[in-house]
Amino acid sequence: MTTAPARPDAPPTGTSGPYVGAPVDRVDGVVKTTGAARFAAEHPYPGLAHAALVHATIPRGRVTWIDSAAALAVDGVLAVITHENAPAMRPVKTQSVLDLSTLVPGSTVNHLASDEVHWDGQPVAVVVAESRQIALHAASLVRATYRELPSTVDFATEKRNALPQKKSVVDPGRAAKGDAEAALSTAAVAVDHLYTTPVHHHNALELHTTTAVWDGDRLTVHEPTQGIDWTRKHLAHRFGVPVENVRVIAPFVGGAFGGKWHVWAGTLLTVLAARVVGRPVRLVLTREGVYRTVGGRSPSEQRVALGADADGTLTALIHTSVTQVGRVGGGPEPATGLSRYAYAAENVLVEQKQIALDLVPNTYMRAPGEAIGSFALESAIDELAHELGVDPIELRMRNEPERDPIDGRRFSHRKLREVYALGAERFGWAGRSLRPRSTRDGRWLVGTGVATAFHPANLFPANVTVRISADGGVLVRCGLHEMGMGAATAQAQIAADALGVPIESVRVEHGDSTLPAAPAASGSTQTASIASSLLAACEKLKRSALALARGSADSPLRGAKPAEVQARDGGLHAARGGETYAAILARAGRSSLDAAVGAERGFAAVAGQVRFMSKFLLDRRRWVRAASGAQFCEVRVDAHTGEVRVTRWVGAFDVGTVINAKTVASQLRGGIVMGIGMALSEATVVDPRTGRIVNPGLAEYHVPVHADVPPIEIHCLGDPDPTMPAGVLGAGEVGITGVAAAIANAVHHATGRRVRDLPVTLDDLL
Amino acid sequence: MRINGATTVLELEPRVSLLDALRDELGLTGTKKGCDQGACGACTVLVDGERINSCLALAVQYSGREITTVEGVDHPLQAAFVANDGLQCGYCTPGQICSAIGMLAEHAAGAPSAVTEHLCEPDPELTDAEIRERMSGNLCRCGAYNGIVDSVREVAVAEQLR
Amino acid sequence: MRPFGYVSAPDVATAVRVVSTEPNAKFLGGGTNLVDLMREGVERPDTLVDVTGLPLTAIEELPGGGVRIGALVRNARLAADPLIRSRYPVLSRALLSGASAQLRNVATVGGNLVQRTRCPYFYDHASACNKREPGAGCDAIGGVNRNHAVLGASEHCIATHPSDMAVALAALDAVVELESVRGTRRVPLLDLHRLPGETPHVETVLTADELITAVELPHLPVAAASHYRKVRDRASYAFALVSVAAALHVREGVVTDVRLALGGVAAKPWRAHQAERVLLGAEATEEVFLRAADAELAAATGLPDNTFKIELARRTIVATLQELLTDGSAA
Repeated sequence: MTTAPARPDAPPTGTSGPYVGAPVDRVDGVVKTTGAARFAAEHPYPGLAHAALVHATIPRGRVTWIDSAAALAVDGVLAVITHENAPAMRPVKTQSVLDLSTLVPGSTVNHLASDEVHWDGQPVAVVVAESRQIALHAASLVRATYRELPSTVDFATEKRNALPQKKSVVDPGRAAKGDAEAALSTAAVAVDHLYTTPVHHHNALELHTTTAVWDGDRLTVHEPTQGIDWTRKHLAHRFGVPVENVRVIAPFVGGAFGGKWHVWAGTLLTVLAARVVGRPVRLVLTREGVYRTVGGRSPSEQRVALGADADGTLTALIHTSVTQVGRVGGGPEPATGLSRYAYAAENVLVEQKQIALDLVPNTYMRAPGEAIGSFALESAIDELAHELGVDPIELRMRNEPERDPIDGRRFSHRKLREVYALGAERFGWAGRSLRPRSTRDGRWLVGTGVATAFHPANLFPANVTVRISADGGVLVRCGLHEMGMGAATAQAQIAADALGVPIESVRVEHGDSTLPAAPAASGSTQTASIASSLLAACEKLKRSALALARGSADSPLRGAKPAEVQARDGGLHAARGGETYAAILARAGRSSLDAAVGAERGFAAVAGQVRFMSKFLLDRRRWVRAASGAQFCEVRVDAHTGEVRVTRWVGAFDVGTVINAKTVASQLRGGIVMGIGMALSEATVVDPRTGRIVNPGLAEYHVPVHADVPPIEIHCLGDPDPTMPAGVLGAGEVGITGVAAAIANAVHHATGRRVRDLPVTLDDLL
Repeated sequence: MRINGATTVLELEPRVSLLDALRDELGLTGTKKGCDQGACGACTVLVDGERINSCLALAVQYSGREITTVEGVDHPLQAAFVANDGLQCGYCTPGQICSAIGMLAEHAAGAPSAVTEHLCEPDPELTDAEIRERMSGNLCRCGAYNGIVDSVREVAVAEQLR
Repeated sequence: MRPFGYVSAPDVATAVRVVSTEPNAKFLGGGTNLVDLMREGVERPDTLVDVTGLPLTAIEELPGGGVRIGALVRNARLAADPLIRSRYPVLSRALLSGASAQLRNVATVGGNLVQRTRCPYFYDHASACNKREPGAGCDAIGGVNRNHAVLGASEHCIATHPSDMAVALAALDAVVELESVRGTRRVPLLDLHRLPGETPHVETVLTADELITAVELPHLPVAAASHYRKVRDRASYAFALVSVAAALHVREGVVTDVRLALGGVAAKPWRAHQAERVLLGAEATEEVFLRAADAELAAATGLPDNTFKIELARRTIVATLQELLTDGSAA
């Protein structure tokens, strides 16, 4: 067992090279700490014009009158684009698994194509001007009147009308075994409660921004996106130009967390505006504009009911959910997804329902489904442990499944017993009193809590090229997304080990649609997906190099077979000796050697997609693959005021192979910090009368600040998953799962008060 | 205005913020815009050595002052941030670094904070709780807070030893 | 933001003259609240008169032991001032609990006093707000109002005043000095802010052309044992749900002097006179503290989202007084 350390001086995880597993510094650390890294809104263009949006102020209806005169009269205004004068975009395509870019529209609305308003905040006009100040001021002068139509906007009152979620390939929405309700009613001990979570917003610190530059029918877009390739295809479709004509550039993304996965209104309207004014146009959304046009995480109401024998053996597990979508877009929030894998109950029912509201469509946010689902499930298991009078870890271990509790599939790498043992030891869990309100330190009531973290592991096809040059330099080219995960760093480590070269000689080009396409950065899939192709490309490259060398009488590798060759010290080595790539290339008179994986076009690309989907589905039928962990925390609750502060955290995780001990620990910590926000302070508040977001800003939507975050100790098993490329299960999302439950459980332990509605605020504890 | 040691003459409308002047007029894009409301700290710069939010500062008010942006910073904190992984996406990082430089100076001058136990103590110890409170005006949504605090502590200790 | 004219005032006389003669002119201090509100379109001045160059930046000890604070002293400097830290710790603490270090480095004492509410409906041009647009109605009543007032609110407005500093000043019997073309006048801080009544847009007794030039603190020995307790959801960088400024002196178990003010509960910093009356001369016990808190909060009324503030204020008053009692400083 190895541990991804809190300190960067820990040993590597024992792979074949020196880099994978080591706490390597980020390759972009220097440009990010000196201000040299250019983000999307930071590329100058001559003649750049600036856009600002005008947002609807009703939830549903029609624009009856829109007055641009005052805005147009402002000196420096170039255009006011409304539904009355906007050129048409092509409508959104129907979703299809054969063209995954059809999944990226943020909504089905064809913006500014009609007078219809579908949510409060929908853009009804775009103002383009010589400067951002002028554009924003002129936008404030655009007046619209509306004919309002009946709308439904309040989750709390509409949730009773929820309908079962439609089944899809990726999310069946329902699973059952036995008769869970009957088992619940006869269980010796049972808990059965409702849990609620509010809307959350990503609040990446970089505002959503687009810079669009048309050159004839060629389009260049600077856009902080999590999905360069799909954004490119979608823009090509909407604006009726060949995909080859569209270039999307995003080398650095200033945080995303799911919020920059879809293509939202602002992006499309900037491209449209650039066409209208015939100049490059930049839109930087206001923070309020982000809330009004970019969806957040769906709210939820969840029921979790658990029944058990007197010894704690689960006989019934029911987890049902109601979440929302927008009437014009958004997708299911798989809140119950983790519950079918969680515990070996004899009878299981998981089922998701949803309602459609006249609100901005919801979207993915870090661990969609699991983040909020784990709050309900892992609170409930704590409640059951309390009822039974057993330690909550002990209860979990008694019900730890050997296989998928519903259909008997094998787990590829189920290590919950190990992570609990590791976390409990590091946290000092042993000897904890079961009794709530048993520890007090001055004005503080002290409690500890624990919860399981879980996030499925998936893969997408990725295209990569690798080149070794005559000087020994290695260039990895892949349109991957660097949004803070250390994606380029991780792939540089993998390439350096695979080729046996120093990491300083590896350069990773990323974040540009002119590079071989990477899948969207989502679902914690990026590292494993790209590693799969990168490792294959490096293998090809080594074979090509060997082929050059082994035929040469002068090479120490003459006649060597691939199986006996090792890549190290900047080249290839066999028993009789070896030489550097530079030497091999020099002798062969070659300036470089290239290898590519993926990067097909036309029929081959479609065939590749089909092949991938079949393997994906087959794998899913064979394995349950997931990252998991155990979250331990200590909270202190002010006995007078009910203020809750998190004072200690230990997270023990199985994320498969740890590629970079430093950045993996940071990713997991980042998830935990966002989870602390979710637990204690984050909520997007929608006015139930109007559907208008009341707190669209960082002063009123409270993400955690420095003072809210204690030292977070991270430990990883570091053991590769045998079924995943490079053994990687993904670390981007599992960190946030279980966090809110661990905190709510600790609050219960500290105070005796069980809070089932997030966020847990002091008014719940007075 | 003096920006990063060089005198700069700008003709601006009064409504242009210091942040927009830096980013749009001078191409100093290291200073970031995260909210334009004084609610995130990404736009933190140093004015005569003091940290401020440049988004709420009208540039015209800072005529004649010495402005330092991340592009003008050469400080051990930068290497410490990389070594301690005090960053992820990097968007809040310039603001965190400028803020930390200002904060260390405030602390060195004996300024108390909301968590300083004894207000009249002339030289409050820079505990982790102090660092966290004093840096709370800089949000990091990636959650790199631990690494940032480690970096600040490391540099503060090194400065004290010097 | 609308375009506007900008004048940097060389002296107080010019500043107040320009604001009194130019139509729709406003004083500009640190700008931390005004610039934000202008960007939101809530404040729409035609001219800004920058007063930050005026010589109102001194913190001076007055004969008799009081302190005079120039209106342009920045919040951070005031909080760190040795005189304030030793004689009026409640003020230092209140300042340090407000906003962030960056904002405190810029925000002025005068500006802090006249900062405007954080009611989200006040900020939102699409919502009805009597404060922003007299007669428009109040969307906070019947809307989302967790942060709103439980004392002194009206059917026209339930907004709160967001300042921490002002709550401490309210407890300290501060006096505000105002300057205009008509001369100088002095107003007790407690009379500076108004309750909303039927005119929530009129927030203070200042006329539009009056400049705050100084705040004076009286000699107040009880203030040496004083504390500011701010309660909020986030550990830092958040406005108060409820705050308490308290100064307490106890001799032989009896309260001989006390100052108490509340923040986050009303449209003005709320001096707790009722509670003080109960406390003065009474035994310094938790039971008495509770009685005092109840006396003050008897008139409090809550809405569905903010009723918790009444209980929270009650508990915070008691906890703050207890803390002063037990840490020995009140004795």
